[in-house]
Amino acid sequence: MIRAGLALLARDLRLAARVGGSGTLSLVFFLMIVALVPFALGPDLNLLSRIGPAILWLSAVLATLIGLDRLFQADEEDGSLDLMTGAPVPLEGIVLAKVLAHWLTTGLPLALASPLFGLLVALDGTAMASTALTLALGTPALSFIGAVGAALTASIRRGGLILAVLVLPLMIPTLIFGVSAAQAATGGTVPFLVPLAVLTGLTLIAAVVGTVAAAAALRWPE
Amino acid sequence: MRLDVDNLACRRSGRRIFAGLTFSLGEGGALAVTGRNGAGKSSLLAILSGRLRPDAGTIAVSGVGEATLPECLHVVGHRDGLKSALTAGENLTFARDLLGAPRLMPAEALDRLGLGHALDLPVAYLSAGQRRRVALARLLVCARPLWLLDEPTAALDVASQEVLAALMAEHRAGGGLVIAATHQALGLHDAMELRIDRAALEQAAPAAGADAEEWL
Repeated sequence: MIRAGLALLARDLRLAARVGGSGTLSLVFFLMIVALVPFALGPDLNLLSRIGPAILWLSAVLATLIGLDRLFQADEEDGSLDLMTGAPVPLEGIVLAKVLAHWLTTGLPLALASPLFGLLVALDGTAMASTALTLALGTPALSFIGAVGAALTASIRRGGLILAVLVLPLMIPTLIFGVSAAQAATGGTVPFLVPLAVLTGLTLIAAVVGTVAAAAALRWPE
Repeated sequence: MRLDVDNLACRRSGRRIFAGLTFSLGEGGALAVTGRNGAGKSSLLAILSGRLRPDAGTIAVSGVGEATLPECLHVVGHRDGLKSALTAGENLTFARDLLGAPRLMPAEALDRLGLGHALDLPVAYLSAGQRRRVALARLLVCARPLWLLDEPTAALDVASQEVLAALMAEHRAGGGLVIAATHQALGLHDAMELRIDRAALEQAAPAAGADAEEWL
């Protein structure tokens, strides 16, 4: 069972690296949005550094959507999902392995690159570190919530837009607590750890609910 | 392994596809599912592989211990389950690790199907018939008692069809089961035929919608 999960994880990572993977693409998309904001707002460094964490988080939420629509759809189309149904692993395990692969190629690179991109919105060292930490803790929630939408739209052609409409509202709590934790680190009335604990809790809840819900949506497509 | 299907019915998007399918397969048994296009051959295979919920009826498996039906079978269908970006060898290694019960190494399995040279070629470079042969090689890398084949000879040349017939005979000789949806003879000796017939279904009682008879 572990062996099957690892095989799937390794395959998805290999695929992400090979076909110009959606991982690199979402990172570039992330950079694009962050780079556009200073052009739109003008060179007001105080304003930029104040809303910087929010911009990075908003960009991360949007960048997560890149490639999410193909998470299960690609496997549904070419019959790989039929193969996985026959694996000696419950479908929940399959979902878990695929979401983990998605996060390793999307969420984790975003979190690691965020300090660098923070330079574009004039973040100081503390804000960079706190934003990177909140992204590392919060992006798994985005992947798990997105997986539910991806499973629901797996058999719909061009389901990408429906997917975004479905999952973006569900990502609001993660966005709120992610941004408030990142901002609490640089001053404010709330201690840093409170929103961070809520954010971690949201990730854990999303991991359980998302895995079960996505597997249920995949199990009986009709 | 023994498979007993009783009074199976299928409904898709509210439309009754078939009803009253009953058949049993014992060790070494083979079943050729025939019927015109759209009769529900692929739907039957989808129900057996656990991808579609039956509308009514029961499917019972015995002689495989704790394993569920989807864990006892191989599916080779229209969608070949191969990733174009990976090589034939990588695809087979993945299937071998995912499905468990490993048998032949990917290179040996491809050799059996005459595709040994394609081991390190991305599947995207292969022709339709070659892709189908890579998918068939999956039958050999893991040992599973029931093979579900949906039009397995589609896109295959004559030589490969003979190889497939030999593989199926070998599998049945070892006690394996084969269920194939097909329009043409596959070289399955003394296989049962299950004909899914819409006309018979509409006029007759539900239980008499389809019948199994000797396949000539």
